[in-house]
Amino acid sequence: MNPILLAVIIVAGIGIIAGALLAILSKIMAVPVDEKAVQIEEILPGANCGACGFSGCSGYAAALSSGSTVNTGLCAPGGNEVSAKIADIMGLAAGNIEPMTALVFCKGDNTNANKKMVYSGVASCKMAAQLFGGDKACIYGCLGLGDCVNECPYNAIKICNGVAVVSPELCRACKRCVNVCPKKLIDLVPKSKAGAAVLCRNHDKGALTRKECKVGCIGCTKCVKACPNEAITMDKNAAVVDVSKCTGCGACAEGCPTGAIELLRFSENA
Amino acid sequence: MKFYIALLIMGVLTSNFVLSKFLGICPFLGVSKKLNTAVGMSTAVIFVMLLATAATYPLNILLEKFDLEYLQTIVFILVIAALVQIVEIVMKKYIKPLYKALGIYLPLITTNCAVLGVVILNIDNITEYASYGFGFGHAMMNSFAAGAGFMLAMVIFAGVRSRLETADVPKFMQGLPITLVAASIVSLSFLGFAGLVEGLGLL
Repeated sequence: MNPILLAVIIVAGIGIIAGALLAILSKIMAVPVDEKAVQIEEILPGANCGACGFSGCSGYAAALSSGSTVNTGLCAPGGNEVSAKIADIMGLAAGNIEPMTALVFCKGDNTNANKKMVYSGVASCKMAAQLFGGDKACIYGCLGLGDCVNECPYNAIKICNGVAVVSPELCRACKRCVNVCPKKLIDLVPKSKAGAAVLCRNHDKGALTRKECKVGCIGCTKCVKACPNEAITMDKNAAVVDVSKCTGCGACAEGCPTGAIELLRFSENA
Repeated sequence: MKFYIALLIMGVLTSNFVLSKFLGICPFLGVSKKLNTAVGMSTAVIFVMLLATAATYPLNILLEKFDLEYLQTIVFILVIAALVQIVEIVMKKYIKPLYKALGIYLPLITTNCAVLGVVILNIDNITEYASYGFGFGHAMMNSFAAGAGFMLAMVIFAGVRSRLETADVPKFMQGLPITLVAASIVSLSFLGFAGLVEGLGLL
C-alpha cells in the first residue's frame, strides 16, 4: 500500500478512535454537575472582586448552590438585581442590599491642607505613611498617592488636587479601597438617602488642626448641639455622624465653622 | 535489578529531567511558588508519565511494524492527550478525592513537554540500552524516576523561592530574573551527582 496513505489512515484512525472513545465515555460517565451553580455564576457580575468573602464569583456560586450560605445579598457589585435573580433560582428570600458607595473622609486637598515636607519617594500611600505619616501636616489626612485608585476594579476613584475622590455613579461598594487605605479614611455610606458626613478624621486638638488644614474638624461640638436627632457624637476631637439616626436636615453643616461637614445627596430621589 | 536501581538514580539525580535535560521548565517556573502546589503538580506528572508510557510503549511496536517511526511525536501527543482526558472523566466519576487532589494540574500537563519527552526517550532507550534488555518494565521504571526527579526539583525549588520572597533583591532583578538565576544555580548543584551511577558500578 502507498506509505503516505498508510500513514494518513493510521494517524486518522487513532484520532477517530480516541475521539469516539472520549465522546462515548463523556456520555456514559457524565457526572451530574450542579446546574444551579452554573446558572448563578452566569448571573454574578464576574468581577471576582471578593466582596462576598468567597474566593471569587464561582466560589460564591458554589457556596450558594451547595447550601453552605443562604445569604443571596453578599454580592455588593451586583446589587439588588443580582440578589433577586439568585433568590429566584434558589427559591430563597432575597437578601436586601442597601446601595452603598465608598466615601473618602478627607477634604484636605493641596489648597486646604498644609504640607510638612516634600515627599519624593515611591508613589504609594502605604510607603509614604511609614515616613513620618506622610507629607501632609495632618497625619490623619488623605495622602493622595492613589493606592485606592490602583485597587479599584471599576475606575471609580480619582485623585483630585491631592485628595482621593470616589464617583458614586461608578462605585459598586466592593470595599477594596476601604481595606487598602493606610489612613483608614474610606468607608461605605448609603447611597439612597441624604445624610451629613464629617469629612475629617483629625483627632488633634482644635488649634493644632487649624494650623494643619483649613477644612479640618476642630472639635468645637457645634454640630453636636445643632443636631435635632442626636446623631452626632464626638470621638477624640472629631465629630462622627451616626448614619442610622441622621435625617439629612443639614443643621450641622450650616453651623460648621470650617466646612468639614457636608450634606451628601447621591441620588435624585433622596 | 541493578539496572532498575541505575535507572532510578539516573532519573532522579544524575540526569534529572528538569535540571539537566531542561524538560518541563514551564511548570517548574510556574507552579513552584508554593510547596503544596508543587507537590500536587509533581504527583500528577508522575501519574501521567506512567500512564503515557504504558499506552505509548505498545503503540510504538505498531508504528514500527508499518515503518512509521517518524510519526512518533504527533501520534504520542494525540494518544497522551486523549488518554489523560479519559482518565479525568473516569476519575471524576469513581475516584472523586483523587480528582479533586490533582485538580487543574491533570489537564494542564496533558501536553507537557516532560511527559512527551519521557515517552520518546523511553523508545530511544530501547536501542541505547539494548545490551541491558531494556523492556516495558524498564520503561515504566524510567518514567517513574523521571517523575520523581521532577518532584524533587520542584520541591527543592519551592524551598528556594520561599526564601527569595523575603530576600532583599535589587529592583532590576526582582521577579523572573532572580528566579531564573536561582534555577540555574540549583541546576548547577545537581552537576555534583555526575558519574554517580558509574561510580557505584551499577552500569
